[in-house]
Amino acid sequence: MKIIVLVKHVPDAQFDRHLNGEGYTTDRDESILSELDEYALEAALQLAEARGGAKAGNQVIALSMGPAGAVNAVKKSLQMGATEGVHLTDSALAGSDAAATSLALAAAIRHVGGVDLVLTGMASTDGETSLVPAQLAERLGLPQVTFASSLTVDGGRLTARRDADTYSETVEAPLPAVVSVTDQINEPRYPNFKGIIAAKRKSITTLSLADIGVDPAQVGRSGSWTTVTTAAERPPRTAGTIITDEGDAGIKLVDFLAAQKLL
Amino acid sequence: MANVLVFIDNPGDALKKSSLELLTAGRALGETAVAVNGDVHPAVSAAFAEYGVTAVFQPSAADLDDYLVAPKAAYLAAAAAAAGASTVLLDNSPEGKEIAARLGIRLNAGVITDVVGVDADGTAHKSVLAGSYTTAAKATTPVSVLTLKANSITPEPASAATAPESSIVEVPDDGTATAARITSREQKVASGRPDLTDARIVVAGGRGLDGDFGPVEELADALGAAVGASRAATDAGWISHDAQVGQTGKTVSPQLYISAGISGAIQQKAGMQTAKVIVAINKDAESPVFEIADFGIIGDLFDVLPQATEEIKKRKG
Ligand SMILES: Cc1cc2nc3c(=O)[nH]c(=O)nc-3n(C[C@H](O)[C@H](O)[C@H](O)COP(=O)(O)OP(=O)(O)OC[C@H]3O[C@@H](n4cnc5c(N)ncnc54)[C@H](O)[C@@H]3O)c2cc1C
Ligand SMILES: Nc1ncnc2c1ncn2[C@@H]1O[C@H](COP(=O)(O)O)[C@@H](O)[C@H]1O
Repeated sequence: MKIIVLVKHVPDAQFDRHLNGEGYTTDRDESILSELDEYALEAALQLAEARGGAKAGNQVIALSMGPAGAVNAVKKSLQMGATEGVHLTDSALAGSDAAATSLALAAAIRHVGGVDLVLTGMASTDGETSLVPAQLAERLGLPQVTFASSLTVDGGRLTARRDADTYSETVEAPLPAVVSVTDQINEPRYPNFKGIIAAKRKSITTLSLADIGVDPAQVGRSGSWTTVTTAAERPPRTAGTIITDEGDAGIKLVDFLAAQKLL
Repeated sequence: MANVLVFIDNPGDALKKSSLELLTAGRALGETAVAVNGDVHPAVSAAFAEYGVTAVFQPSAADLDDYLVAPKAAYLAAAAAAAGASTVLLDNSPEGKEIAARLGIRLNAGVITDVVGVDADGTAHKSVLAGSYTTAAKATTPVSVLTLKANSITPEPASAATAPESSIVEVPDDGTATAARITSREQKVASGRPDLTDARIVVAGGRGLDGDFGPVEELADALGAAVGASRAATDAGWISHDAQVGQTGKTVSPQLYISAGISGAIQQKAGMQTAKVIVAINKDAESPVFEIADFGIIGDLFDVLPQATEEIKKRKG
């Protein structure tokens, strides 16, 4: 099986995150592999391992689109067990929205070729739109299965579970397909020492827009279909009154709610 | 004036508040047509007239619900063309966003999700980076696709009712050709409590509940609130995953969020820090949740919650 996992390099949410410069793009210092993409990678590794792993010719290709630093998301994926990496990078990609991102990623996936499955996270932890997987499926003309909380593949077909508020459902689709997975699907592994050493010998292919045949005018800030016109940092919430329970805190809580007209 | 298309999926017997919000937002932008999937009951037709809808579209196919979103996006693209729409509005549910995503590609239209307000010129307002920024964004394309968060605007009927015309839109086959098929679906039992995403009050519990959601549920019921949870509580299986609030759960912006036995990790805050008022009960004074609480109680939730529930019942008589 040949699986592409889309991994995004995002600002670490443990630190303050900022929007900067023309177009208000996210500041990418202190970035990491998006936590939610680790679940997609783990799902890919499990599918490959169940089929005999790399020895049996199964490929798990980690693909990230982003500036120079995004190669770190690919490297981390290799340490976790991906068999090879692809880093799509080009200065013309800066400021791409979901439509432009999906255009470039679709071209990169076609360039790699022969893919059975494209796995993604449920959302990027910076953009948080969940638009990219569905847009990718539309652009590639492939079935889309989003928010899978379980996934099995058998003889060219996949079966997945999805949970909505009022129902759970089972869905089926033929391969190739685009599947996004939730954080309920598995427990991502940590890279171990062996994995870290092995990753050093794995290859990372760097692709530019020219390599994948995308016109720079179709991507980046100018090729995007949306633009951010203003951005203001929300004033941080100021801590309010903190009391220690002396046996009557429940009553004080109700007094507070009454004063706020919330009862 | 511009033409607007609002998508309403399976309206059922009566329009939900979030659908009325979409119709109200649409009318502020221009002449509003509706594309429906599923049956249109008389009460729903009446609401369309009351909210000033000028045209109602229905799909030529009845099986759109058997597939994951692709045929709905194909139908909506055809309806948008029929309506000559320059703005398409959908709800901000996971499915609404996915339909919007695919529709955007079909219409070469910019898509903006999580919108809380739209200006007359199409500028959309939303918050990003887990609520830490408020931004304005605009599509640069002739058509724009926006998904509107529930509880963002107040529904208002039109000043004059309309008599919308109905017509059928042919669903292009390419929508179903590559779509994933839904092979089975089980309904979940309803809790009888308000829906978490649009509840006015949410009472949420975390690992501190130690397996017993009783005190949280009783306070929630006394307040007429929805019940939420941290991932630690849902992962432990103490409550259904649907109740999870946070980055990988629901994003809520209620008037009041009461957090009990939750430490306030960044992923939890991502789903609740835009609440109007936050109350936190935690026995550890160092918990990060106290940094964002308007009213914090350092104490044992098993003492504080039941006492508050009793007091509310007493005052409400
Ligand atoms: C990719 C990813 C996604 C995630 N998504 C989410 C998400 O969507 N939502 C979410 O909530 N988390 C999410 N998390 C998990 C998050 O990081 C925290 O682990 C989680 O929120 C902790 O839950 P908690 O506060 O209930 O538990 P803990 O952090 O264990 O806190 C329990 C708290 O209860 C207090 N307590 C204990 N007993 C009592 C008592 N008797 N009375 C009062 N207080 C008491 C303790 O002092 C403590 O502060 C995610 C994590 C990852 C990695
Ligand atoms: N620049 C990128 N490089 C690689 N994968 C991406 C990129 N942007 C988005 N993705 C993938 O698409 C998923 C959803 O992202 P989003 O639509 O931005 O919320 C992520 O979890 C990733 O798997």
